[in-house]
Amino acid sequence: MIIPKDKISNLSKNLSQMNEVKGRSLWQDAKIRFFKNKAALFSLVTLLIVLLFSFIGPFFATWSNEEIDWSVLGDISTLGYPSIETGHYFGTDELGRDLYSRVIQGTKISLMVGIIGALIAVIVGTIYGAIAGYFGGRVDSIMMRIVDILMSIPYMFVLILLLVIFGRSIFMLFVGIGLVSWLDMARIVRGQTLSIKKKEYIEAAITIGVSHFTIIRRHIIPNLLGVVAVYATLLVPGMILTESFISFLGLGVQEPNTSWGALISEGAGTMRYGTLWQLLFPLFFFVICLFSLFFIGDGLRDALDPKDR
Amino acid sequence: MIKFTLKRLSVAIPTILILIIISFLLMYSAPGGPFTSERPLPEQVLKNINAKYGLDQPMYIQMFNYVRGIVTDFDFGPSFRYKDRSVNDIIAQGFPVTLKYGTWSFVIAVLFGVSLGIIAAIKQNTFLDYFAVGFSISAQVLPNFVMAPILVLIFTLWLGWLPGGGWEGGKIQFVIMPVIALSTSYMASIARLTRSSMLEVLNSNFIRTARAKGIPKYKIIFSHALKPTLLPVISYLGPAFVGMITGSVVIDMYFSTGGIGLHFVNGALNRDYSTIMGITILVGCLTITFNLLVDILYAWIDPKIRYDS
Repeated sequence: MIIPKDKISNLSKNLSQMNEVKGRSLWQDAKIRFFKNKAALFSLVTLLIVLLFSFIGPFFATWSNEEIDWSVLGDISTLGYPSIETGHYFGTDELGRDLYSRVIQGTKISLMVGIIGALIAVIVGTIYGAIAGYFGGRVDSIMMRIVDILMSIPYMFVLILLLVIFGRSIFMLFVGIGLVSWLDMARIVRGQTLSIKKKEYIEAAITIGVSHFTIIRRHIIPNLLGVVAVYATLLVPGMILTESFISFLGLGVQEPNTSWGALISEGAGTMRYGTLWQLLFPLFFFVICLFSLFFIGDGLRDALDPKDR
Repeated sequence: MIKFTLKRLSVAIPTILILIIISFLLMYSAPGGPFTSERPLPEQVLKNINAKYGLDQPMYIQMFNYVRGIVTDFDFGPSFRYKDRSVNDIIAQGFPVTLKYGTWSFVIAVLFGVSLGIIAAIKQNTFLDYFAVGFSISAQVLPNFVMAPILVLIFTLWLGWLPGGGWEGGKIQFVIMPVIALSTSYMASIARLTRSSMLEVLNSNFIRTARAKGIPKYKIIFSHALKPTLLPVISYLGPAFVGMITGSVVIDMYFSTGGIGLHFVNGALNRDYSTIMGITILVGCLTITFNLLVDILYAWIDPKIRYDS
């Protein structure tokens, strides 16, 4: 093996001067790897642009999301098309409302459902899984049996049942999504906890008399965060898909609120009359955001997954 | 093997019972009875109706009757909305439709998904591989409620080849679009799973040995690599089946095919509790049975599972 001379001399210089080598934490490592991933980075930028758009967009709107433009109402398919002059940048919907404002509103609500749904799943799933995995034995088998039973129930149907019985509202939607979304998370976290539990530092903590819940809080959960972060990002698009599915059926978000699913449903219902923009604009936002979220999730997994190292 | 099957059965049966009881309790706790309407009925009429449907009895007797009806006679009781039809009639009418396009979608998703995955793995880093990977990534953001309007847009509105909805006793031109819309995203997931699993198997030692012995390539793939490749795919069949049953709701709504999904959503919009409960329980039983079969199949193929648990 031939090593270039200048490299050796460099190395010897470094060694003789005892330059301190800066350590890199797991998260710094992951950050570097994530930013090297072009697809993930591009997705992150796209998602940020959409987010920014949903907050800045309303300042450029000439119509609010509730106003009805009476001048186009009679003949949406010929007058309601997207144009700068009328101020309807994305056209109007079937009721003469400005689609630009409606899409912004739908984007906000869909992203909010996705993020809050994922947050519920993360909090409940992490705590549940960590407790089951840490205590093990009978506690573990009972807790995981409950998860198994809940998992084998077709949750979309139960969710709709819930929405019908307790009224259709965003709050019920959150409760319903929250009830089922944590199951996968709990399983993953439990698996990780089982392996963390056997580490020496946990043993050390037990020997010096740290209480169980402090061990879980201070030693187990912080070491789970990598896995949790990856699955949380992959949960967000899952939640958005669930919400859109239910809203597509007209059972989710109710008027005057709207979401991507509801907008796609409206657009899909009216495209036969030649008002294609009503389908394509919401669909465009739905598709690029989901794409971005999936790529960010994949990128994070590649960056944080210890299997790859 | 018998022990394993019995063990799984001992979980599945209580799960079904729990599902029935949970949905009953949900319905029971619903605010307002099924006959409270905006125009209040006379006291005596309401009393008679409640007596007819057995709603005047205490809760536990109602629950017992309901559970017994399902377990002994497979009877989901009368519909609360249509006086002349029972829930069984509604299911008998809608279920064959769902079963027909559902089975087709499932078979097509598995067959095409597995073939696409295998081809992509064998021809890794060729055009075919890139096509398969690209397809499976794109299909993630094309769930059934996005595919359905896009298909109608292309094949009905632009090309005029296929009717945009209806069933007509299941003639082929009415089945094509529902099947494509329902199977695409699962086909993609199966293709992705098969590809990565096949690549892993092809890199393992026993395949190298087989190749060193000079066994022809097609024989290596079909008689050595295929079986271990399919293991993760089989464990995905359960979720795929659930997803398709759930997706049938969208298909029935969008293509007006008249399957159980249509009755489910109509029931949900009309607050026809007994119908949506009946369908939820039916779907739950199907799901649990199917998962049981998949588990047994898995254990039959992979002895490791059988002996571990």
